[in-house]
Formats: sequence, structure tokens, C-alpha cells
Amino acid sequence: MEIFIKRGEREQRYRIPFKSVTLLKALYHIKSYQDQSLTFDFNCRSGVCGACAVRINGREALACSSKIKSGDKIEPLKYHKVLRDLKVDRVEKDRLKKSTAWLKVYKKVEVTSKDIELTERQSDCILCSSCYSACPVLEVNPNFIGPFALTRAYRYILEPREEDKRSTIDNIQSNGIWDCTLCGECTSVCPQNIDPKMDILKLRGEASQFGYLDPNFMNLSFNSYNI
Amino acid sequence: MIDVLIIGSGGAGLTAGLSAKEQNLEVLIVGKNYATSSQTTMAQGGINSPLGNVTPDSVELHIKDTIKSSHGISDISMIERVCRDAPNTIEWLDRLGVPFNRTKDNKIAQRALGGASSKRACYAQDYTGLKILHTLYDTSLRENIKIEDNYFLLNLIVEDKIVKGATFLDIKTGEVEQILAKKVVIATGGYGSIYKNYTTNAKGSTGDGIASVLRAGGRVSDMEFIQFHPTGLKNSSILISESARGEGGYLVNSNGERFIDELLPRDIVARAIYEQIYTLNQDVFLDLRHLGGEKLLKLMPQEVNLCRIHEGIEPSEELIPIKPVAHYTMGGIDVNSNLEVNGLKNCYAIGECSNAKIHGANRLGGNSLLEIITLGRFIAKELSKDLKEYSVSDIHIERDREYIESIFNKDSFDKNFYQLEANLGEKFYKYAGVKRDNSQLNLLLNKIKDMKSSNIGIIDKSREYNSNLIDYLEFLNLLDIGEIIVKSAIKRDESRGAHYKIDYPKEDNRYMGSFIFWIEDNSIKSQFKGVK
Repeated sequence: MEIFIKRGEREQRYRIPFKSVTLLKALYHIKSYQDQSLTFDFNCRSGVCGACAVRINGREALACSSKIKSGDKIEPLKYHKVLRDLKVDRVEKDRLKKSTAWLKVYKKVEVTSKDIELTERQSDCILCSSCYSACPVLEVNPNFIGPFALTRAYRYILEPREEDKRSTIDNIQSNGIWDCTLCGECTSVCPQNIDPKMDILKLRGEASQFGYLDPNFMNLSFNSYNI
Repeated sequence: MIDVLIIGSGGAGLTAGLSAKEQNLEVLIVGKNYATSSQTTMAQGGINSPLGNVTPDSVELHIKDTIKSSHGISDISMIERVCRDAPNTIEWLDRLGVPFNRTKDNKIAQRALGGASSKRACYAQDYTGLKILHTLYDTSLRENIKIEDNYFLLNLIVEDKIVKGATFLDIKTGEVEQILAKKVVIATGGYGSIYKNYTTNAKGSTGDGIASVLRAGGRVSDMEFIQFHPTGLKNSSILISESARGEGGYLVNSNGERFIDELLPRDIVARAIYEQIYTLNQDVFLDLRHLGGEKLLKLMPQEVNLCRIHEGIEPSEELIPIKPVAHYTMGGIDVNSNLEVNGLKNCYAIGECSNAKIHGANRLGGNSLLEIITLGRFIAKELSKDLKEYSVSDIHIERDREYIESIFNKDSFDKNFYQLEANLGEKFYKYAGVKRDNSQLNLLLNKIKDMKSSNIGIIDKSREYNSNLIDYLEFLNLLDIGEIIVKSAIKRDESRGAHYKIDYPKEDNRYMGSFIFWIEDNSIKSQFKGVK
């Protein structure tokens, strides 16, 4: 089969001797035996380290967990600075610091199975950035905190051991939960079946309990009042 | 000069960083990958602590099981330290917010892993390592711990046996840089990648820290002890966790017969499977069908998914083809009871790269996550002692700059090192794998020497983000380590734990101890040290 890999501005065609293969195996074969300069990230090969996310025919996917077919086009993630070929400058640290997704003040409480189940999916996140790359809001607002950092904020909002939920809610107002268009692209590309769209929607509900209102709605009603 | 440089940003490195910060030390963590891409994410089954939340348990039983599994070559005082601190370790993780599964009465849930006399492994579905690591990462961000990605360790900076920092290749720029520190912690992980294509390990498990200690004159030990996991997927070597057997999965051969008690220690189960496949020409399968689709998805969602992608099968309806694959390296940097590297000063090793003599000849499932967190916390107290500024010569960084330059300047090669790397993996699996014999080990040793003297190098000459160069440097580290593994295996004419020699199938008291290796005057030296 042949695949096409975006390298900087150009697209390079590679022929590989496989009928059925994961993208990662194909990339490593190319690097080992055809082109040692091809650059991409990976580590675990089994879908948990989050290093190998790319776009296949415009859709975000983990290279290690995706079978490819002839003619596939491989590109780096969007909304990341491309460092070389498929390797991008990762944004996790920066975005998680913005959403302050961590346990702030520990509270000693009983944690139930139900509590753990509530955030089971959210805490499955491998920080692969697929959702970030798929998010159209970042096209217009590069400062948007983005899906994974909001999902992780939600994971700590639901955490019964957290005393200080308000700080997290405060920190995801600007460029955060209200900027999402609820298009669901993040949800459709997540390799871990996490649903950031729903998490963001629920965060809006949580925020309203802390006295926050949808700024879009406020602008809208203010405008209609003027008319 | 910073207080503490931690090399490696997996579970051990992050825990040491957080704990050093608690001691008000100035810490920098550097890693070749992103922290959340480390091998720790792959630990699935659990983390041991004798809490007795599900079945009766005690610290003494945990100690006893660990000693038994180590086959006499562990340090009992180290095992006692780790097992006694295990409940504190779980409490510390719980306070950071690790989402451990819970029992019906709201205690941390625990499950059975092989070789344990009680349900002792605390878990977070089959994502225990992932969820611990990500919680450590979140906490590191909260604590503003400085983590630098894309730094590849070249050499420790050593003057008069005192480690004063390390040199790195900055992967972003291709420049050699030095980071000077009063104390250095190596937390770079194991060397399972030497079994390329026959290991569950991440690509980066190339023993970079162990190789750097060897080059610096420090000691390594027990390098021949490599644990083979009984259940790697047949085609991809990807791990199916021991929890699959803990929850009641069977091992069956082509005739559908069970041939071993599935919950015996890993070395015994791995050898039984190996014999079925390579002596009796059977295929071996993991059978989870009787557990039912719903239960499988709830308990092992990751396993189900891996089977679908890599083997194209549905574990609730089909048998899972498996083979034993290299999984964990018990040997590593030889450390004293304060985890300081033997042969060097101000330099410590924790996690899989370190041989803290807890696992001995065979590691129990659930004890490695316990080790990285417990000793990652322990080390902080050592790091805060006797912090001193040192002067450092420029000779180290200049020498490494010349070395990297020489790699870039070399142009024509006889062989492709990627091909050699795949070949080395296959040879290690065959000749230094589940079963070993001296003639094959000697062949392998010659093979390694051939590879070491072959004319190889990099084709990609870019300075920035040159992964060809990193792959090459990793391969050179594996060759250095590989030579020691094989030499150590040849010396041990007995079978003990994970090391099984066909001609010497029994334990021999003369080998009750460790082979220690180091490099002196450009040659490899070794010494046998009996257990205390």
C-alpha cells in the first residue's frame, strides 16, 4: 500500500509492504528501512501514553491503535506548533495550568464506588490532544482552554475529596466553558470514549450553582432589551 | 547549581520531585519524553498494600510473599521498609485524589494478583498506573514543579566519584547542554526494550540511566533477572494484565486443556507457556469467555480494546492468542540502603532502573508501583542532607559536544542499526529469554560484540528534533547493557526465579547473591556478593 505523510509544506508518498497494519507500525517501518529522517512521537504502542496522536484523512487518531489503508493521508495535529513532520509542540502543561485541573484542598471524606464511577471516564484521559486538535473553537480563539483541560477540571469538580470547588469553577470562566459551541467534535475523536462536550455542558450547570450565568445569554437578552 | 536534578519523569521521578518540593528543595525534572507518556502509564493490575480491605492480610504476609518471590537474593530490610510503608503510600496517593476503586463499604478495593496470599492490589480499573501517574502530574503542575521534556541523558558529570550533574542532548535544538546539581536522582526506567518486538515495554525503556552509571564507573547488579510476563498478545507482544487471570481467566492450549495453575508466580507460568509453545508445539490462549462480555468491559475495558485492535478478536467470544514476553527488569543500578548509587556519591537511583533489592529474582505483580511511590517519597529525606555547591570543569560538556559532533560527521555505514536492533531483540528472546543455556548465551555475547564493532550511524543530519539520533543513542545504550546481561547470565550456573538455565534447573546455594558489574580502565569488571 502507499500512504501520504505531510512533512512541512509538502506531502511525501511512501510505499510500504503491508496489507493490514497499524499506522505506528507503518511509520516505524518507514523510519527503519526507508527514511530515517521521518519524525513522529510514540512510546507505549498500546494506546495509553497519548504520544502518537496524529490526523488520518483529517480525523484525529492514535497511530498505535489505528489500522490504515492505501491512500491514507497522515498529518500532524491541528492548533499545535509543528516541530517536525508529525511531531508537535504539546500544549497539555499550559492548558491544564489554565484550567487548574488538580485537587486543591483535600477533604477527608468517605469515597463511594458511585463517586469513582462518576469520574471513571474522565480520569481515563491519556492527554493525547486529539480533542484539542478537533476543536473548531481554537480556529477562532487560540486562547480557548480546550476540551481535555475542561474535562479534567470537571473530574476534580466531581471529586468528593475536593474542598475548594469554587476556585476551579472561577478559573474556567474566561476562554472556558462558555466559549464551547457544543459541536461534539471532541467527543467523536476521543480514543478513550470520553465526552468532553457533555462534561462542559455539566460544568455550565455546576457554574450556575456558583452564581455564574451564560455570558452569551446575558449579551443576547441585553441586546434584545435594547431593541 | 540547583539542589536536585531528577532524570526521568515517570511515576518515580514525579514522586521524588513532589517529595523533594515538600522538603523545600529546588527541583528540576527532565525527561526524554512527556511525563504522561512514561512507562508508568502501562502498569495496569494494581499497587500492593496489605490493607486487608477485602480479605484478611498483614504487613508480615506481604513481606513473606515478597521474600518468597525474590528467591533469596533480596534485601529483607528493604522489603520490610517498602511493605511497612505501603499503607502510608496508598494514603498519600489517596490524598492527591487518585481514583482507586472502592468496595461496597467504601474502602479502597483490592484484588488478587499472582503470588499474593491475599487480595492485596489496590486498583483503578485496569488503568492503575495511568491514573496514578496523571494524578502525580496534575499535582506537579499545582506545585509548580519544573518539568523539562525533550532532554536525552548523555552522561553523568563526575569528578572524584562525586556526581555534580549531567549532560543532555536537548532534542529541541540538537545542542549538548549540562545541568549542574548538588544531588542527582536517576529515575529513567528499565531496559526491557532490548527484547525489541518481544516485550510489553514502551519504546523508551532502553536503560539510559543504567548505561550512564556504567560509563561513570558506578555499579550495576542482578542484570540477568528479567521477568517474562506470561500473557503478551501473540502478534504484537502487547500486555494483557495479570488481573485477567486474577479475575478468573484460564490458560489453555490448542487442545483446549488447562496446563497450569494460572495464579502461580509469573516465572513459573511463563515457563509452562513457553514449554507448550516451543517444546510441545502448541498454541496457547487466554480464555476469558466464561467471564461474560459485560463483566469484561467493566473490569478490563483496556484489555478488551487491545484484543480488538491488535489481534482482531472479541475476548468475550473468542480465545486470546498469547506468548510470554519480556516485561520487567529486576536488575539495575546497584544502590545502598539509602538508594545512593554504589561507586558514586550524591547520585541516587529509584524505580525500575534501580536495583533496590526488593524484587530479587522475580517481582510480584503490584510491587513495582509500590516501589516507585514509596521509595520516591523516601528519597526526599536523603536529598536534603549535606547539600553543597561544587565547582565543575567544562571538560565534560566539551567532550560530549565532540562526541555528538563525531556522530553527525560520520557518513558511510555498513549496516542499518534499526535492522541490528530488531535482530538483537529476536536473539535476546531466543537466547537470553525464558530458558537459557551457556552455549547460546556465548553466541549472543559474540553477536553483541560484532554489533558493537560494526560501522553504524545516523542518516538524518538535522540538528532539531532528530529522533534518528535518539534512536541511535538508545541502541548504543542497549548494546552496553546487553553485554552485561549476558555476561551475568553466563556466570549464574543455576536457575533462580526469572533466570532459568536448562542445564542447571535448580537453585544452587553458591549463587545466593548478586553479580555486580562495573567498568574500570575501559574494561568490564565483576564481583559476586553473597546476601547479608
